[in-house]
Parts: sequence; structure tokens; C-alpha cells
Amino acid sequence: MELLEEIFSLYAQRANWFGELFLSHISLALSAIVMSGSLGLLLGVLISEWNRAAPPVMGLCNVLYTVPAISLLGILIPFTGIGNKTAVIALTIYGVMPMVRNTYVGLTSLDPDILEAAKGMGSTRLQLLFRVKLPMAAGVILAGLRNTVVMTISVAGIASFVGAGGLGVAIYRGITIYNPAMTAAGSVLIALLAFVCDLALGVLERYFKKRGSS
Amino acid sequence: MAEPIIRFEGVSKSFGEQGVLRNLSLDVVPGEFLTIIGRSGCGKTTALRLVNGLLTPDQGRVLVQGKDVAQADPVVLRRGIGYAIQSVGLFPHMTVEKNIAYVPSISGLAGWKGRERRVKAEALLCRVGLDRSLAGRYPRSLSGGQRQRVGIARALAAEPEILLMDEPFGAVDEITRGQLQDELLSLHAQSGITVLFVTHDIGEALKLGTRTLVLEAGQVQQCAPPSEILNAPATSFVEELVCRSREFQVRK
Repeated sequence: MELLEEIFSLYAQRANWFGELFLSHISLALSAIVMSGSLGLLLGVLISEWNRAAPPVMGLCNVLYTVPAISLLGILIPFTGIGNKTAVIALTIYGVMPMVRNTYVGLTSLDPDILEAAKGMGSTRLQLLFRVKLPMAAGVILAGLRNTVVMTISVAGIASFVGAGGLGVAIYRGITIYNPAMTAAGSVLIALLAFVCDLALGVLERYFKKRGSS
Repeated sequence: MAEPIIRFEGVSKSFGEQGVLRNLSLDVVPGEFLTIIGRSGCGKTTALRLVNGLLTPDQGRVLVQGKDVAQADPVVLRRGIGYAIQSVGLFPHMTVEKNIAYVPSISGLAGWKGRERRVKAEALLCRVGLDRSLAGRYPRSLSGGQRQRVGIARALAAEPEILLMDEPFGAVDEITRGQLQDELLSLHAQSGITVLFVTHDIGEALKLGTRTLVLEAGQVQQCAPPSEILNAPATSFVEELVCRSREFQVRK
């Protein structure tokens, strides 16, 4: 209880500072999500249309996903220096995997009869993709995006180790000056942000899953 | 005899080692209702899919309105041919109205936007015996028979001259099937559309067809008007097919 009181008094005392960290955390995560989301979607679509490229691309994504986030950040420093840029690149690489996987699975596990009908009625390849396949796979793709979003928001917490902003700054400072309340205060905000995004995207995902199934 | 709208010229098709169609030659004239019957795997669905270019023949050629299917642009060809399959394949994310308007919409046909689209879709719903109020519903809220009807309305939307149907009534109950058959007959009588209709039900084949093609193991057994099939079966296979349908077998 004491810790909780300390956390709230910290929020009260340093509201501006936490506000800034919160906003920079969102912008850091959002930049990475926009990049990994669009890159993952694009890759997923490409490998579902050209199946031969699927195993190597999926393999590469799986390997990158197994690299611990903190070592990925460390590996990137010699190439891209320290700061937000390195953090965004690392978070993008990390977030691509769930997007690629879900897009690919979503697009390749559709009802073959519906695709047969669409093709037999004279859809071009692009019409088939944009009017039939993508809308039907939207629920599964959104589940991937939800995964990416939650993961990126939480992993962004360690981005301060390479000099990036965000709530990780509070966590890191709490550790170095031995102030557990400050570490906890940063962590709680990250968890809260991830939780709210997860809920919101979950609602969207259920809507599109219902819409895409017969 | 009129110029054939569909012509098979010595068509053979196999999948791997399996020969599915062997040297099929056949002319279909405009306005004809050809029913194709045979056992599973006899090549009837294959014959249908050769017409809209979903498959290409190994040997011989298929002509639609005088043009070789293998040379034609498959997209243009298919937009001019209605296609209805057993599983219907309605798009779950589109309303009934949008499903019906799919071919006109992908073809960019004029007069299929907003209010006009609604009116035309409702008219098609009426033609296949459905209430116009279904236009705004999603396929998942329809019964099996209603889905089949919407599937037919969708196949008719772009006013094709040819309609391909692959066991379209295979998954509905007996009574609904009878109604659908009657409606298809009157639709055919009104529009003069050419229909190729695949079925494994000899009763259905004889009821609907102006001509019936009996296939077995990829070869034509007989191709004649239903009365002739009944009265003068050409082979023992046709004989057996017809006999089986004349009476019910009742378990004693």
C-alpha cells in the first residue's frame, strides 16, 4: 500500500514529466507499429500470392523474433547509433512477425469455394485480393495487429537503454537511483496503455471476424 | 441447326495419370438447357469448368460463341458467363444486394450504383422468388434455399447469355429443390438463356434438360432429349441409371 501511495504522489508531483514520457512512449510505439504493421501486411500479402516465397520469409521472421529485444537493441547501436531511431528500427523488426504470420494465415485459409466462385465470375487477381480475400481475412489480420501493438508498447519500455524516450526513462531512472516507486510508476502506465489498446483492438477484431465468416 | 454457342472439339483432360474426359465432342445451341449427369468423378464438373476457363483442355479445344477459350482473356470470358456452384460461395462480408451486384461492379457496368443498384438487385430477388426485403441482409442470416436463390440471382445479374450450374440444388431439401427446379424452368423459358447444368440426380436431369448428356468414365454414353433417354437408353449404363430412378427401393 505504501508503494501505491508513493506512486500516486509521484504522479501528482511530476505530472508534467510523466505526461511527456507517456506521450513520447506513444509516439515511439506508434511509429514502430505503423512501420511494422504496413511492412508485415505487405510481406504477408506478397507471400500469400507467391507461395514459394513463404517458407524463407516466414523463417527469417521467426529467427528475428527469437532474438531477445535487448540484444537486438545492442546489436543495432554500432550501425544506427543511440536514440529513438535505433529503438524504432528494433521495435519494427520485432513487430513484423505477428503481422506477417497472421496476414499469411488469414489469406491462405479462406473457404476455397468462395474463392472459386469469385474467380469463376471473372475477378481479376487484384479484385480477388482487395474485394474478397482481404475483407474476409480482416479479423485474423487484426488479431496479428493486436499482438504487434501490445508487444511493441511493452517492449518499447526498454528502449531507454539505447537512449530513446518513453516511459522506459522513468523505469531506468528508478533503477539507477534506487527508487522502486518511480520504476513501478513507469511500468504501471505502460501496462495500462497496453491493456486499453488490447481491449479496443479486441472489439474491432471480433467485429471483423464475425463479418468475415459465413 | 443454329450456330453453336458452346462447342467441345475432341476435348481430353486428365489430372495426373487419371483421365477425366476422353475425346468429348459436343455442340450446344443457344437457348438450350443441357443437363450433364453421371457418377462422381465422371468428368461432369470438369466439362463445366472447361467452358469458363477455370481449366484448360490437354487436347482439343472448347469454343464459346465461336472463340477458343484458351485464346480468350479469362476475365472477360467469365464476366459474360453466369456461374453458380453447389456451395454457392456467397461473400460473407457483403450484403445480399452487394453480392448480387458483384459481377456488374467488378466489370464497371453503368447503372449499378446507389439507388439503381438497390432497385436492380430487388428486381433480381423477385425473379428468383425471394422477398425484396432480403437485399440488406447478410448471407449468414439466410436459409440454405435462400442462399441458393441469391447465388442464382448473382449469376444472372450481368445478363449473361450462358449460365453454368454445378449441382446448384445439391444441398437443399427435397421440397425446396422441387420449387427451385420449377423456378429455374420458368426463368429459362422467359429469358432464353443457354444453361449447362451438372447434377448426379437423374430425375433432376430429365426434368430440367431440353437435352441430357450422360457421362461415364469421361466418355459420352448418350446425349439426347430426356424422352429418348427414358425410352431408348443407348447403353447398359444409361439403362441402369434410368431403371433405378423409375421406382423407389423400399426396405422390407
